[in-house]
Amino acid sequence: MTATLLAATGSLAPATRGFLSPTGVEIVFVLVGLAVLGAALISVTTKQLVHAALWLVVALGGLAIEFLLLTAEFVAWVQVLIYLGSVVVLVLFGLMLTRAPIGRSPDADSGNRWIALGVALASAGTLVTLVVDAFRTSWIDLGAGGGSTAAVGASLFRYWVLPFEALSVLLLAALVGAIVISRTGKGGARPRPGRLRTRRPAGSAAPQQQER
Amino acid sequence: MLLRCLAALVVLLTFPLIIGQTEHKVMAHMQGRLGPMYAGGFHGWAQLVADGVKFAQKEDIVPAGADRRVFQLAPAVALLPYLLVLLVIPVGPNGFVGQAVDAGIFFVLAVMGIGVLGSLMAGWASANKFSLLGGLRTAAQLMSYELPMLLAGASVAMAAGTVSLTGIMAGFHWWWIPWQAIGGFVFFTAGLAELQRPPFDMPVADSEIIFGAYTEYTGLRFALFLLSEFAGILVLCALTAVLFLGGWHGPLPHSLGWLWTLLKTFALAFVVIWARVTFPRLREDQLMRFAWTGLIPLALLQLALTGIIKVAISQ
Repeated sequence: MTATLLAATGSLAPATRGFLSPTGVEIVFVLVGLAVLGAALISVTTKQLVHAALWLVVALGGLAIEFLLLTAEFVAWVQVLIYLGSVVVLVLFGLMLTRAPIGRSPDADSGNRWIALGVALASAGTLVTLVVDAFRTSWIDLGAGGGSTAAVGASLFRYWVLPFEALSVLLLAALVGAIVISRTGKGGARPRPGRLRTRRPAGSAAPQQQER
Repeated sequence: MLLRCLAALVVLLTFPLIIGQTEHKVMAHMQGRLGPMYAGGFHGWAQLVADGVKFAQKEDIVPAGADRRVFQLAPAVALLPYLLVLLVIPVGPNGFVGQAVDAGIFFVLAVMGIGVLGSLMAGWASANKFSLLGGLRTAAQLMSYELPMLLAGASVAMAAGTVSLTGIMAGFHWWWIPWQAIGGFVFFTAGLAELQRPPFDMPVADSEIIFGAYTEYTGLRFALFLLSEFAGILVLCALTAVLFLGGWHGPLPHSLGWLWTLLKTFALAFVVIWARVTFPRLREDQLMRFAWTGLIPLALLQLALTGIIKVAISQ
């Protein structure tokens, strides 16, 4: 897909690598980047919680497209699978379970707004400075297949196995923690008093026939 | 490229309708239903047309308390992933595929995961408690069943040594079918649950939470949800046929390969409909237990089996 996408939008290795000689890919990249930025801004400024999460979907999906444009195909699909398919869905799930009125959320206004803006600007500034400083003169030729699944998989499991495994341990710890927190007592899932649902032993038939 | 996209769109618009028509007829025969047998004369062939006209006639209502834009967008979000997935499923040899994607399985499973957003949006934006409940059940169910599906897919990728769907087809041997049988069962069942088809239709349970996330939808938007369900059946069956049943490999010469893929796909679609007609609905807790204590251990077993045999072969 990437190859055709690139073929459709323009060559990857510009003849003159000037600062202001954008190729088709670069223009698309910048446009998608602007869309991502816009979606991210709306996501943090909107007063409706669920809308914020949905704009996050747009922003993260745009990021996946950016990865595609950088020929990092595998990373793009990982982005879609993990962030769009799981993280945002989990966020939405949590929001809808707890507090998600239709319309404006009364507690969406935070007093820490300006501090948050300062922190965001500072971290963005640091990152931009760092990246610009690190890659000022270097230029990577984005050949097709450079970020393909085979290449990423090979480098991941050949050179980066240790960080990969360490990350798995981190995730395992999070999983165990979640299980520990969600266990209320020795009996496992006990029905709490005041719940509407009557307890029915799982696996056996209902004690009384309902609505038949 | 454009032509292939167009072809995939045409397939997306026609094949689910064929599956829908089949569902009408199979259900009518299996349950002795007379209704779908009248429209149009012979065997009720026009039932689907009548359904379409009915949907198009209905007024398009957005509830007063609903979140308008999200409510209206939801059907599109539910349908789009299946269109994208259909684009990459290989139908026959020699590049008979909408668009070959390097990370085929991965792409398919990743994009199919987005479909849940549509149900969540629909459920929440309807401003209806039953809808919200249905949407949340959908999300919980889809998250639980994503894992066995991914694990079963990973097993096939391991067997083939590639995640590309065409690559997997190229590496296929007939003995993969018994070898990957457990994974195939897990994949198909988990996929059925992802589609919220009976017996896993707890999120839409029409007798308890009155169609869950889709309660407030009428007319064409509801038809879009139905279309996405049938497109989901098509995608799931085609994927199962490609990954676990050998896709275009069959006794006939290779030039007829696409026919095998279609035959296997529609045979599986028949099984999906059959399951709907004959199985009772699972309860919510049974549904979750089935995923976590049934399918995931089975998928892990299949993964281990694949690994062991793979190592044994390579030595």
